[in-house]
Amino acid sequence: MKAAWKEKAIRLMLLATASTSILIVIGIFVFVGKEAGQFAIKPGLKELISSRWMPVSFQKESFGLLPLITGSLLVTALATILTIPFGIGAAVYISELARPTEREILKPFIEILAGIPSVVIGFFGLVVLVPLIKSSFGLWTGLTALAGAVLLALMAIPTVVSISEDAIRSVPASYKAASLALGASKMQTIWKVTVPAALPGIVAAIMLGIGRVIGETMAVMMVTGNAAIITASPFDSVRTMTATIAAEMGEVAFGSIHYRALFCVGIVLLLATFGLNIIAQKFLKKYRMG
Amino acid sequence: MNEKAKKIVKQIFVSAVTLGIALMLISGCSKREGGTGSEQRFITIKGSDTMVYLVSSWAETFMKQNPDIEVSVTGGGSGTGIAALLNGTTDICAASRKIKNKELQLALQKNIHPHEVAVAKDGIAVVVHPDNPVKELTLEQLSKIFTDKSLRWSDVGGPDEEILVLSRESSSGTYVFFQEMVLKKQDYMQDAKLMPATSAIIQSVSTDKLAIGYVGLGYALAAKDKVKIIAVKADDNSPAVMPSDQTVKTGHYPIARPLFMYLNGEPQGTVKTFIDFCLSAAGQKVVTDTGYVAIR
Repeated sequence: MKAAWKEKAIRLMLLATASTSILIVIGIFVFVGKEAGQFAIKPGLKELISSRWMPVSFQKESFGLLPLITGSLLVTALATILTIPFGIGAAVYISELARPTEREILKPFIEILAGIPSVVIGFFGLVVLVPLIKSSFGLWTGLTALAGAVLLALMAIPTVVSISEDAIRSVPASYKAASLALGASKMQTIWKVTVPAALPGIVAAIMLGIGRVIGETMAVMMVTGNAAIITASPFDSVRTMTATIAAEMGEVAFGSIHYRALFCVGIVLLLATFGLNIIAQKFLKKYRMG
Repeated sequence: MNEKAKKIVKQIFVSAVTLGIALMLISGCSKREGGTGSEQRFITIKGSDTMVYLVSSWAETFMKQNPDIEVSVTGGGSGTGIAALLNGTTDICAASRKIKNKELQLALQKNIHPHEVAVAKDGIAVVVHPDNPVKELTLEQLSKIFTDKSLRWSDVGGPDEEILVLSRESSSGTYVFFQEMVLKKQDYMQDAKLMPATSAIIQSVSTDKLAIGYVGLGYALAAKDKVKIIAVKADDNSPAVMPSDQTVKTGHYPIARPLFMYLNGEPQGTVKTFIDFCLSAAGQKVVTDTGYVAIR
């Protein structure tokens, strides 16, 4: 009798810890939404649809989100383009081609890369990468979207590698055996059979990698120059949504319009990562079924 | 594979929860009661990045003299410091600009009465790459450089090249002061690159030949070998003045400002001891030693 009661109590406690995350996610949405909602009432969401982000001004403060959204998109897209070949290439090598000793060396190093604090990566970027980009592309400054994208790719690659590697490794051996038996070479088998079979897992890996990229702040803030302009060129400076929040949140007076505008930026960012996670989950489910 | 992805998602959740709890704890703990009197053994100072070097030098000297008192100094920007003062999370706010009206109203709503003490002066130096031939600029030229995208170095006596304009982030007191004092309240051009810290500006100016930026005098003097400091003319007919201890003190150098500390109410107890120390001869010597300008 007493034991049953104890069991129940422990069960409840565990349930409470497990549901904390749900509560927190809901809490974050409500809190951020509340502040952003007040912006929607006054001065209205129309303010956000403008190409000018100039929150500290003696003339007229503007809170156009477009340069921030395009900035985040540009950096994220570039980082994704850089991440995909490196991530998948490394995953294929480690899972299919590497000798056991090679794997023992490669895997921990890739995991160490995932553990480097982003501000350290940012500092590396500012001191090494920015001058390098400047001289190798003949630019007048290296503080560009490209510099941010390279650093972000460094951070996303470990996630992509380790999840895609698992996906590739769990392709049934019978698939490969069948392909080899039909006379396909090892490379043909990898690219025509193994990788396509693991594709949903690889796509999910990429989605999770992008999720990390879009939410990353510190490294990007240090190397992209943070000019709020709309551009599609990797050689221009951009100001991302995350950098904007991080750089300006400390300064704003609580409850001011600028403060609320930053929460609007936060909502856009939340929705973006939320959407990416949902898509990644969809792919993971598909992978589980197949 | 599912396991791995699940694990990562789980880790994300776990760290989010931990972070949330940690935040709650921090915000709960850091609410201190104001003015607890002489038994206070711990002072926190938060605010201006420009003043971090100065304030931490003060703190060091002060702690040597008063080994039983601990002073902790953090930066983040003047606005951050004032916000912390309003939220009661710091004893002293270091600010490189005056408190804004909006902030003052907010403070009174929260029953906090900011008390201002001017503790030092600072000149803002304009810096360029050492190879840049430009030696002096007028305030008007500077204003144009930071607001007008089409301006080239050739318009101000340099080579026919674009100008790479570097500014501090808008959370910086220096940003607002420069905007008010040099840009005459105009907006910075949108293409200006906003750097998250003074050191990032120095780093970029020392590697980018076409860059121009502004930093506190102390930082500029410390980085004299890496960057070139520009002499500034108040207008076309005035002499060009290099920023220095003397020229800032006498008011000849045009881009200078007072630096403040804000407290909640009149200083008392340990906080008063600290402020008195800053204003004392020994304290003002620290000001000069760190590259700022003494007010007494």
